[in-house]
Amino acid sequence: MIRFDDVTVTYADAAAPTLERVDLTVPEGELVLLVGPSGSGKSTLLGAVSGLVPHFTGGTLRGRVTVCGRDTRTHRPRELSDVVGTVGQDPRAHFVTDTVEDELAYGMESLGLPADVMRRRVEETLDLLGLAELRDRPIATLSGGQQQRVAIGSVLTTHPRVLVLDEPTSALDPAAAEEVLSVLQRLVHDLGTTVLMAEHRLERVVQYADRVVLLPGVGEAPVTGSPTEVMSVSPVHPPVVALGRLAGWSPLPLSVRDARRLAPALRDRLAGLSPAAAERTGGPALPPEPAEGAGPAGPPQPAEGAAAAEGRTGRSGSPPRRGPLRRVLDRLRTGSGGPRAHAPAPAPRTPDAGGPPAARLRGLTVRRGRVEALRGIDLTVSAGETVALMGRNGAGKSTLLGSLVGMVEPTSGTVAAGGLTPRRTPPRELIRQVGLVPQDPRDLLYAETVSAECAAADADAGADAGTCLGLVGTLLPDVDGATHPRDLSEGQRLALALAVVLTARPPLILLDEPTRGLDYAAKGRLVDLLRGLAGRGHSIVLATHDVELAAELAHRVVILADGEVVADGPTAEVVVSSPSFAPQIAKVLAPQRWLTVSEVAAALAGREEHR
Amino acid sequence: MTGEPFRGRPAPRPEAAAGAADAQAPGAPSGTPGAPGAAPARGGADAPAGRGAAGRLGRAAERLRAPVGSRGNALHAGAWWLWAVGLAVAASRTTNPLLLGLLVGVAGYVVAARRTDAPWARSYGAFVKLGLFVIALRVAFSALLGSPIPGTHTLFTLPEVPMPGWAEGIRVGGRVTGEQVLFAFYDGAKLATLLICVGAANALASPARLLKSLPGALYEAGVAVVVAMTFAPNMVADVFRLRTARRLRGRPTGGVRAVAQIGLPVLEGALERSVALAASMDARGYGRTAQVPAGVRRTTNALTLGGLLGVCAGSYGLLAAEGARYGLPLTAAGLAAAAAGLRLGGRRSVRSRYRPDRWGARAWLVAGSGAAVAALMIHAGTVAPEALHPGVVPPTVPELPLWPALSVLVGLLPAWVAPLPPAPPGPQESSP
Repeated sequence: MIRFDDVTVTYADAAAPTLERVDLTVPEGELVLLVGPSGSGKSTLLGAVSGLVPHFTGGTLRGRVTVCGRDTRTHRPRELSDVVGTVGQDPRAHFVTDTVEDELAYGMESLGLPADVMRRRVEETLDLLGLAELRDRPIATLSGGQQQRVAIGSVLTTHPRVLVLDEPTSALDPAAAEEVLSVLQRLVHDLGTTVLMAEHRLERVVQYADRVVLLPGVGEAPVTGSPTEVMSVSPVHPPVVALGRLAGWSPLPLSVRDARRLAPALRDRLAGLSPAAAERTGGPALPPEPAEGAGPAGPPQPAEGAAAAEGRTGRSGSPPRRGPLRRVLDRLRTGSGGPRAHAPAPAPRTPDAGGPPAARLRGLTVRRGRVEALRGIDLTVSAGETVALMGRNGAGKSTLLGSLVGMVEPTSGTVAAGGLTPRRTPPRELIRQVGLVPQDPRDLLYAETVSAECAAADADAGADAGTCLGLVGTLLPDVDGATHPRDLSEGQRLALALAVVLTARPPLILLDEPTRGLDYAAKGRLVDLLRGLAGRGHSIVLATHDVELAAELAHRVVILADGEVVADGPTAEVVVSSPSFAPQIAKVLAPQRWLTVSEVAAALAGREEHR
Repeated sequence: MTGEPFRGRPAPRPEAAAGAADAQAPGAPSGTPGAPGAAPARGGADAPAGRGAAGRLGRAAERLRAPVGSRGNALHAGAWWLWAVGLAVAASRTTNPLLLGLLVGVAGYVVAARRTDAPWARSYGAFVKLGLFVIALRVAFSALLGSPIPGTHTLFTLPEVPMPGWAEGIRVGGRVTGEQVLFAFYDGAKLATLLICVGAANALASPARLLKSLPGALYEAGVAVVVAMTFAPNMVADVFRLRTARRLRGRPTGGVRAVAQIGLPVLEGALERSVALAASMDARGYGRTAQVPAGVRRTTNALTLGGLLGVCAGSYGLLAAEGARYGLPLTAAGLAAAAAGLRLGGRRSVRSRYRPDRWGARAWLVAGSGAAVAALMIHAGTVAPEALHPGVVPPTVPELPLWPALSVLVGLLPAWVAPLPPAPPGPQESSP
C-alpha cells in the first residue's frame, strides 16, 4: 500500500538529511504506529506519504515513495487526495469550511462525486464518528475532541485507502482520546483502511498497533517489527512496558489488560509496601539513603535562582540524554549508583501546611457571556505543593489558571495569589508572585533570538543581567543563544518559556498543558525540573490531561467538570479510583496504590536491601 | 422570539386539527403572503381555541408557521442578501432619520428573531457600532472642514486655520452651523443604515454560504476570498491572546507599544496558519482540474473578457445622461457573454456541490419583501420627495410619513416566514 524505496529527505537550509535511506513497506489494512523522539523525522515521513513533502514544504526527496502504486514524484498532493487522507497536528488548521456537515463534504466536492453519493457518505460518516448531533454546529464552537473527530471524518468521506495521522490524541483529554482511537480501530477492522499514525502518547495507542516503526534518531535506519519486539528495545515506551521490563515479564505486555494478567506475582511482592502511607507521613516512599540529599529534591533552600541554576548544572550535565524511566531502570539493574539514586516518590517533601498559602480561591465564579466557565471554586494551594488540575477539554482548567494571573476577571468570589489580587496588581509586580507558562509557549516569546529573549526577561523582571541566560544554560545546555525561538523543538521552547517565567522567581508556577507535543525524554527532563522546583519550595499548579505526569509529580489532584470541583485529594486517592484518570501502573496494580514505575522500582529495591 | 405561541390553548383533537389545516392548505400559502397569516400566529397564545372561523384561521396559521430550521430547509443565503440589499436601497433613497431608524429597527428585529448562535451571527452588533462611528466621523468632519450648506443658526465657532492662497476653497475650522451639523447627521445616518443592512445579511447568512451558490468557474477565487476574510478575525483573536500573554511577561497590556511589539508575532502566526490551511486544502483536493481542449479555454477567456467589457461600457451608457439608447442592450449582451463564459469555464472545474441551498417559497417571500421595501420607497420618492428628505435649510422637525413607514414594515416579513433557528444547546430561556 505504501512503499518507501531508499528515501532521503533534505530540507532546503538543513545541514543533514531529516530522513536518510528509509526503506519501508506498509501492507494494506494495517494500523502502523510511528514512534521516535522529537526531531527524528516522523512528521516528514508522514508528509512524504501524502505528497506534501516535498511538493509543499520544499526540500529534496531522493528515492521513491509510492502510495497505491502512485509515485508521489509525479502526483501532486491534490492528485493523491482520493487515496490518502491526511490529518495534521492541529485540527483547527485543517478546516476549510465553517460547519461540520460542509467540512465532511468538502473533500468529496473537490473530487466531484455525485450529490447522492455525497449525501449518503456524509450520513454514514456522521454515524460512524458519532457526530450526528453536531452536524449543523459551527466548527469553531466544538471541543478539541469533537474537532479532531470532524477532522478525521472530513478525510474519511472520500474513502481513502490510507489514513495518515500526526499525533491525533496529543491535545485530547483521556476520554476524547479513547473516542478517537476506537474510531480508528473500527476503520481498520471494518473498512480495511490502512492507518499510519505518529504519536508521542504511546500509553494510549501502542496496544492498538499491528506494527510499530521506530525512528531512533536523525539519520538512523528505522526499526520495524511487532509492537512487542519494538517496545523491548525502544527508548520511548509507555509505563506499562517499563513495568514489564522491570518485572522481567515475557511476552512484554502492551496493554493494562495484558499486564494485569501477569501482575499477581508482582502484587504479592509489593504486598507489604505502600507508597501512599509513606507519602502521608511526609517521608519518601523508599528507605532513606544518604544519596537522597544530592538528589534533585535536595533540602529546601531559600535562595532560589542561583541555587536552582547550580542544582541543574550538576544534574543535567552528568547522565546521558535518555528517558527517565530508562535511567531509573538502568540504575536499578546496576544497583543504586549515580547522582540520583532513586527517583523520589511524588512527594519529595510534604508541603508546609503552616505557611501562608501560595494561592487561594474563594467562591470563584467566572462567566463568559451566559456560560459559567467556573462556578463556586474553593481551592487553596499551600507553599511547596504541586497540584494537578485535570478534567475534560473545556472543563475550566485554563480559565482557573488565567484567573490566578489576572488574565480572567472573576465574576464573583476572590482570587489571591501570594496575597495579591491578580487583576488589580500591575503585571510587573505580579510576575514576582506568580508565573504562567501558557498552553502555547510561543505566546510568551517575542524576540528574534534566545539571548534577546533572555535579556528582555531580565529587564521585565528587574533581575540581574544574565539571570535568565543562566537558567536557559542549565535547562537547555546545548542551545545556541543566537537561535530563533521558533526554530527550537516543542520541548526546548517550553523550557525557554519556563526559564523566562522563572527569571522573576515567582513562588507560584502555573503550567497549562505542559506535555503537549513532548516526547518521553523531554517529559522526563520536565519532571526532573519541576520536582527540583517543588523541592525548593515553589508551589506548582499544572493543568494537564497527562495522567502519567500527574502521577509522577502531583501531591494533590483536583478534577474539574463543568466548572466545578468534583474531586480534590491526594493523588493516589483521587486517581486510583478513576477509570480515566488513573495512570497505567495504578490500573495494573490496583487495588494497591502504586502510581509510577519509579515508585515500584524504588520499593522493590528497598525490599531487596532489607534482605 | 416566537417560541411556542400555542401553549396556552387547550389542545385540539389532533385529527380535527389536521383536517382543518388540510382544508385551508391550498389557498393559504400562495395567496396573501405571510403578514395576515403570520400575525395571528404570533399572537396565537391569546386566540380562543377551536371555535369557528377564528380557530380554523389559527390552525391554518400554524401550518404557515415557520418550521424549525435545519440544513434541509435553510433559507437560501441569496434570499437574505437580496432582502438586505432591498432595505439598503430603500435607505439610500431617504434622509429622514425616522424612516432610517425604522429601517434599522426592522433589520435588527429580523436579526434578533432569526439569527443562529454561530460566531458570524454576532457581526450585527459590530456593524451597528461601525454605523455609529460613521455618523460621528461624518459630523466631526463636517464641523472641522466646513460644509457648503448655508446656515444661519451658529452653534459655535472653531478657531479657523488660515490657508495659503493656492488652497483657496478649503476651510479648516470656523463657524459651525446647526444646519450643517444636521445635514451631516442625516447623511451619516443614511450611510450607517446601509452598513447595518449589510451587517444584518452577514449575521443571517454567512458569506461562505453565499459562496456555495457561485458558478463553478468562480468557486476557487471565492474560496480564496473567504479564506482571506477569516484571516482578519483570526488575527484579531491573536492580538487579544498575545496582549493578555504580555501580562505574563510583566509588561503593560495596553498602549501603542504593546500592539507594536506583538505585531510581528501576530503576523507570523497568521502566516503560519495560512500555510497550514493551504497545505490541508491541497491535500484534500482543492484545485483539481479536468482537462479541457485549448479551443474551449480560449473561447472562455474571450467570452468572459468581452462580456465584462460590454457590461462596463453598457453601465456607463445607462448612468450617463445621453447614452441610454445603446446602454441597455449593450449591458444585456455583455451579461449574456459573461454568463456563457463562466458556464464554459465551469467545465474546467470537477467540483460537485453538496446540498446546495434550495430556492423555495420562503426564499421568494424573504427576497420579495426586501424588493418590495425598495420598490415602495423608490415610488414614495417620486410621489412625496419632501417627506423623505426633511428640510435642512431652514431646519424642520422631520415627520414620519405614513405610507413610506408602512412600506418599510413589509421588511419585517422574514421574521415570520424564515425558518426558526434551532434552540442553542445549553441553558437558554426555556419558555417565553
